Amino acid sequence: MTTSTTTTGAVSSTRAATAPRRPRRDRVRGWDRVQPVVAVLVVVLLLGVPLWMVVVTSAKPQAEAQNPNLALPQQWQMLENYRTVWEDGRVLDAFVGSALILAPTIAIVLTVGSLASWILARRGGRVLAVVYAIGISGIVLPPAVVTVVLLLRQLGIDGTIPGMVGVYVGMYLSTVIFFVTGFVRTVPPELEEAARVDGAKPLTVFFRIILPLLRPVLATATILISLYVWNDVFYAFFVVGGRVDTLPLNLFQVASAGLYLENWHLIFAYVVLMSLPLLVVFAVAQRRIISGVTSGAVK
Amino acid sequence: MAQGTEVRERSATPSAPSARRGPRLFGPADPRHASSYPVSFLLPAFAVLLVFFFLPTVYNFVYAFTDWSSFKAEINFVGADNFERLLSNGDLLRALRITVVYAVLVALFQNLFGLLLAVLLENDTRVNRLSRVFLFIPVLMSALAVGYIFQALLKPDGALNAVLTRVSGDEVSTAWLGSTTWTIVVVAVIHGWKWMGLSMLIYLAGLKTIDGQLIEASKLDGTTAWQRFVHVRFPLLAPAVTFNVATALLGSLNSFDIVQATTGGGPARSTELLNIFIYRTFGQGLFAQATTMSLVLFLTVALMAFPVVGLLRRRENVL
Repeated sequence: MTTSTTTTGAVSSTRAATAPRRPRRDRVRGWDRVQPVVAVLVVVLLLGVPLWMVVVTSAKPQAEAQNPNLALPQQWQMLENYRTVWEDGRVLDAFVGSALILAPTIAIVLTVGSLASWILARRGGRVLAVVYAIGISGIVLPPAVVTVVLLLRQLGIDGTIPGMVGVYVGMYLSTVIFFVTGFVRTVPPELEEAARVDGAKPLTVFFRIILPLLRPVLATATILISLYVWNDVFYAFFVVGGRVDTLPLNLFQVASAGLYLENWHLIFAYVVLMSLPLLVVFAVAQRRIISGVTSGAVK
Repeated sequence: MAQGTEVRERSATPSAPSARRGPRLFGPADPRHASSYPVSFLLPAFAVLLVFFFLPTVYNFVYAFTDWSSFKAEINFVGADNFERLLSNGDLLRALRITVVYAVLVALFQNLFGLLLAVLLENDTRVNRLSRVFLFIPVLMSALAVGYIFQALLKPDGALNAVLTRVSGDEVSTAWLGSTTWTIVVVAVIHGWKWMGLSMLIYLAGLKTIDGQLIEASKLDGTTAWQRFVHVRFPLLAPAVTFNVATALLGSLNSFDIVQATTGGGPARSTELLNIFIYRTFGQGLFAQATTMSLVLFLTVALMAFPVVGLLRRRENVL
């Protein structure tokens, strides 16, 4: 960016000789000075206002919170509100439930997906091209949410964590296959040859050589899939609703029970509690998360 | 295929793998593949896909033609009764229309917001970098939580109207989520707000790939910043636009959370997307109806996916 600004200067100074061009140069300079102010204003208005309302409302007593606004609480009862939702919303159980669903989902979807992607990337042929197309079709096609419940019941795993994990793995395998196959194609097969000459079996080659090389693309897939699974309420409602606690399901429950009573202070206390773990992770790893998401998307 | 035989003969030499990359339409692959890249490694992934993804989809095509419900134990085939009922009472076409309109609006707003933010925050200054981090927060948040936040903001006596009242001096009490015509637009704006950070990042990455010399050249031609954006930079963003529009459009056909949390499908079912209809009828025990709508959603996305991706791809080539 530095080069472009210097050239702009050079270009406009040559132009400054022809008098009428002058104002534009000032306008460009002026924008450079105004831009940071505009950026801050945009962030404050778009993000600061809604989040501020959430935090202050979560500290208010019910009567004050009925019409959420931006004013500070006249009477603070932050701790009390958070303690109430912690118990009524079973936040701890929900956190554990969400984690018990997320961890195996990510582990299975990444291993199984990468293994298949490796083969799909290295072998050619018409049949494999069709298999690949089928493998990635789930990126756009919506899962059959009603009949999957029936299927899980027939398998005897409806309303259980393994059932939920199976559904999520089925939903996000396509994403993994799409990202990882593209990535493996950029890894030179020569890297595998050495191990193979030493007599390593395919599975060893995969786990020792390929999987470690996939780290960047697996990081991207992990971030995206974690976001979807951690925040999902729709599929969770059908598959484990009322049987397993997850953070979004319990928020749904707190809010559905409270909407009649306009319990905004409790809803927002819950929103703060459920968002905190993600925000902490983001604060620690924001650079890697942001670069991971963009590198995965732009291919 | 002469190349193929050559590869086979010199299979141990390091030059062989590069020849393997080309398309091989006929005959068996390089025989080494059979042992080095066993097809059986595809099995775990495709078994899971088959059981948890494709089998339920096949069920969709079966149970949409039955009277499956929570009211009786046995399930009978009823032909196209479910479709006929949903067509004759207008539910199917209405939910379908609302879903498609919503998806188009979301794709529009999400990309508009994302592009504006990317252009605003393009330079790598400290303020801009920090702003981008903050604007990514909604992407991380639960969509359900986002929906509740905006429901509170947009209530007739909510925070937005309070601010507008103070700014304008007049009492503002617009029911932002109470119009049977405009609420769907408002909810699509909220959806756009939630995902604008992701679009912004992808547009930023796209802007970064543009060759600075092109911009310099057009500056020498005496173009204005606006002309440069419309004629040089925006066309070069085509791949990012393709990705963003396609994912936003096809992804939001499958939305639920934000609409459920803001309006629940109301007012007067004017924002009842297919997924909200499915959720509601499933809750009433009308499983066959829910399945029928689930099939409608599947077919809609499948039918839209090809033209949408194809159209955007073609545009990309032309530019």
